[in-house]
Amino acid sequence: MGDRTPTLRARGLTKVYRTGDVEVHALRGLDLVLETSELVVLLGPSGSGKSTLLNILGGLDTASGGEAWFLDHELTGLDDAGLTQYRREHVGFVFQFYNLIPSLTALENVALVTEIATNPMQPGDALRLVGLGERLNHFPAQLSGGEQQRVAIARAIAKRPDILLCDEPTGALDSQTGVLVLEAIERIHGELGTSTVLITHNAVIADMADRVLVMGDGKIHEERRNAARRPASELSW
Amino acid sequence: MKALHRKLLRDLWRLRGQVFAIALVMASGIGVLVMSLTTVESLEETAIAYYERYDFAQVFAHVERAPEHLRDRLREIPGVRTVETRVVRTAVLDIEGFEEPVIGRLVSVPERHEPQLNRLALRQGRYPRLGAPDEAVLTEPFAQAHGLEVGDKLRAIINSRWRVLTVVGIALSPEYVYAIGPGALMPDDERFGVLWMGHEALQAAYDLDGAFNDVSLALLRGTDPESVVDRVDRLLAGYGGVGAYARADQISNWFLMSEIAQHRTLSTILPTVFLAVAAFLTHMVMGRLIAVERAEIGLLKAFGYRNRDIALHYTRFVLGIGVVGVLLGWFVGYWLGLYHTRLYAEFYHFPFLHFRPSAKSFLLAGFVSLASALIGALGAVREAAALPPAEAMRPPAPPMFRRTALSRLGFIQRLDQPTRILLRQIARWPGRSFITAAGIAMSVAVLVTSMQWIDAINRMVDVYFLDAQAQDVSIGFGEPRSSEIERDIARLPGVMTTEPMRAVAAKMRAGSREEREAVQGLPANQELYRVYDAQGRELRLPPEGLVISTMLAKLLDVGIGDRITVEVLEGRRPVFEVPVVDTFETYIGSPAYMDIRALDRLMRERPSVTAVHVRVDDAKRAALFRELKNLPRVTSVTVKDAAVQTFHETMAKTIMIFISFFIVFSCALAFGVTYNAARISLSERGRELATLRVLGFTRAEISYILLGEVALLTFVALPLGCASGYLLASLIVHAFETELYRVPMVIVASTYGWAILIGVAATAVSALLVRRRVDHLDLIAVLKTRE
Repeated sequence: MGDRTPTLRARGLTKVYRTGDVEVHALRGLDLVLETSELVVLLGPSGSGKSTLLNILGGLDTASGGEAWFLDHELTGLDDAGLTQYRREHVGFVFQFYNLIPSLTALENVALVTEIATNPMQPGDALRLVGLGERLNHFPAQLSGGEQQRVAIARAIAKRPDILLCDEPTGALDSQTGVLVLEAIERIHGELGTSTVLITHNAVIADMADRVLVMGDGKIHEERRNAARRPASELSW
Repeated sequence: MKALHRKLLRDLWRLRGQVFAIALVMASGIGVLVMSLTTVESLEETAIAYYERYDFAQVFAHVERAPEHLRDRLREIPGVRTVETRVVRTAVLDIEGFEEPVIGRLVSVPERHEPQLNRLALRQGRYPRLGAPDEAVLTEPFAQAHGLEVGDKLRAIINSRWRVLTVVGIALSPEYVYAIGPGALMPDDERFGVLWMGHEALQAAYDLDGAFNDVSLALLRGTDPESVVDRVDRLLAGYGGVGAYARADQISNWFLMSEIAQHRTLSTILPTVFLAVAAFLTHMVMGRLIAVERAEIGLLKAFGYRNRDIALHYTRFVLGIGVVGVLLGWFVGYWLGLYHTRLYAEFYHFPFLHFRPSAKSFLLAGFVSLASALIGALGAVREAAALPPAEAMRPPAPPMFRRTALSRLGFIQRLDQPTRILLRQIARWPGRSFITAAGIAMSVAVLVTSMQWIDAINRMVDVYFLDAQAQDVSIGFGEPRSSEIERDIARLPGVMTTEPMRAVAAKMRAGSREEREAVQGLPANQELYRVYDAQGRELRLPPEGLVISTMLAKLLDVGIGDRITVEVLEGRRPVFEVPVVDTFETYIGSPAYMDIRALDRLMRERPSVTAVHVRVDDAKRAALFRELKNLPRVTSVTVKDAAVQTFHETMAKTIMIFISFFIVFSCALAFGVTYNAARISLSERGRELATLRVLGFTRAEISYILLGEVALLTFVALPLGCASGYLLASLIVHAFETELYRVPMVIVASTYGWAILIGVAATAVSALLVRRRVDHLDLIAVLKTRE
């Protein structure tokens, strides 16, 4: 991927939460580069700072120090409106608990995002990408957990984001359903080439990544590159 | 349970905004009820205590002239305790610096001892002394209106002679709480006053030596005043008695009691509506507040707390909020009750004030509010506690939404997703949406109902004074005068047109019903003082027969074509039967009219008048007033403009103050409803809204989803509120009907406009407050927690 500008860069990123007199250092001078079209899995025990990192990279939170860049935009300098604009145009989110809007059908949940995006795909196409072409008009209550998560993925990618951020996307699912969800992520990544960061504490999932980062104590402890990505369908836990 | 208590306090503190909003709704209901009931209660008690302390008589009678020894015969009537004879006359007064003639009622008080009945509450000075015939005690409001003090002098025409009177005292009297001059509708302290003078002095002045022309009687406890009235009538008939009457018909008392009765009506209906609305809202708000606590309830159960403990915990929670509301309501209600009672006491010039509100209204209001809050909350607690703990702790399964047939409509297909969220939210919980809309509608409705009074009073003035009365001044005489006086008046400076009127004191009977009501004779073609229907129809008087108000028709239970027996109480006291030829609606009083010539014939008298209505050239008013002051036997001069003004002033001092507080409470209600609705929506849907923010929606866009719902419901609620306001107002208008006046059912467009504007403003303010919370939505925290 050579000399192209990386999608995301972070240098010396710190994050300190202050609650009363207690200071919690969630990030302690973290450096990171996410190349275009790369699939990175972020591993680490709870409290290691991976969600904090994802929140800052996704424009949900601001850093206490250091800098983060999306292409040539400095994220750490943006105000609330700027961050909102960033999320709206460039970032797709997938959450552990799906966070679908219960009052909207699968199709409408996706349309919710495509309506405000500049160059989205058709909501139906996004759902077909995650294998839900048959369930367009179902409401969340009529879908299983795995299906709901796949709707969430379709919703995240329908705007053709530059970055896809997934926070424990299989955390609330059983192994079999989890694999289906990972397959969907893998397929999106393959077909759209979206730079993807996937947080998990499940080490098995790391095998599907281009690169694996292991976090601990607010820093990246270990970085390894998989020689070959294992297809998600071969994973199980 | 210690930790649970701490949780309770912290929860209350965390929700302080909502606690306050709910408390405000509760307090509005409680406050209005407590304010209204304590005011009415105190007014009644004060009036009764006033009457007792100053021995206000129970039966009154006026005669032309009766010998003093008749007093003993009156005292022998069974049930009579005390008899006091008096001289009561009306005189024109001249007060320096006041252009118009002032009418004074001269009432005698014994010089040798304190009066036994109708004693004065002397504020300054003393009673008139024997041998000082020009000493007078003035009513306090009259003295205040003219800045008269003890030692000042004023001129009066007493028995056709100008006399200079010296003020020796200033007093209040239970007999003149409402001091209404002849021909007036409302008290006018500038143009009418009561003067108490020595009995023997007035006897001498009016050639009534050894005689009296007025008597008041006090009765033994348990005596029926009507039986005494009959016997007094029989005794006095030969002396020109115009009919005795009981305290209930005494003009000041009658006005005072109707006012209190009106207040009682006002105090029962409107506040009950308020309390009901507030209770209903509290019920709904508490239910939703607890529903949000579902996960915590599951957690507590998982720890091993029993349902009973949990119910108790939330009962305390609700009581915590409720007590704030009840205390606030009690405090506001008590304070406003005291404020109003003071205001009324000042208006009625009560010499003292009894403000000892009973606990009843406080307890009632508190109980209703707390009970409705508890019932609403415990329903939600029971629902949550019925779930197995594990299930309760999980976020509730996504609620089932359905596409409705409606959603296939073309325009709905074109809506954007946020609008769909908003619409489906309403469609999914129609009951809850209805309750929010109903709450807003009800606050608009009470606003409309409260403000309707302003319209009604304006309408009364329009019809009664402006449409029906074209005269500028009405000149009244104490007794019938030959109709030639009209020509004399026509020659006075500035007089452009005149029109005669004859009023005859009478009793009207139909079947077993009997009413005291004057027959008013008017020319067939009235130009100045017109008989005017409430609908704006002008009535022509037929050559024979009576035209009566629908109120009188109702009191006598007669209709067009029925015959009424009229028993005249003056002159030759003829008794005649006349048919009812027509009826008409009035807002004020229960009058009966007849062609003046027909009336003269029935009275078997030469044409006479008791009043002349006059149109005056504005430029010559002052000259006319100067002449009128010197005209003998004039007993009333009513200036229409002043009458309209006093009507407005009196209303402003009584009903309007009350109404303005209702308006304030309605605003509090509207605010409380919308704020709570939006706040609870926010806490129920924080996760959904945060998700949208994460997905890149701006603050304005998610506010649209949340507040758009409230706005849409408000939009639906406004016409609903106006319609219910109309219904409520008509209900109250009917309940309010008294013999004195009927409140017209008019609501002008601007009243709806104001109610809508206030409703919208309350919604907007609460929406803005909630909007601030939306802006501070913690995206990360909301996404991490599982509801």
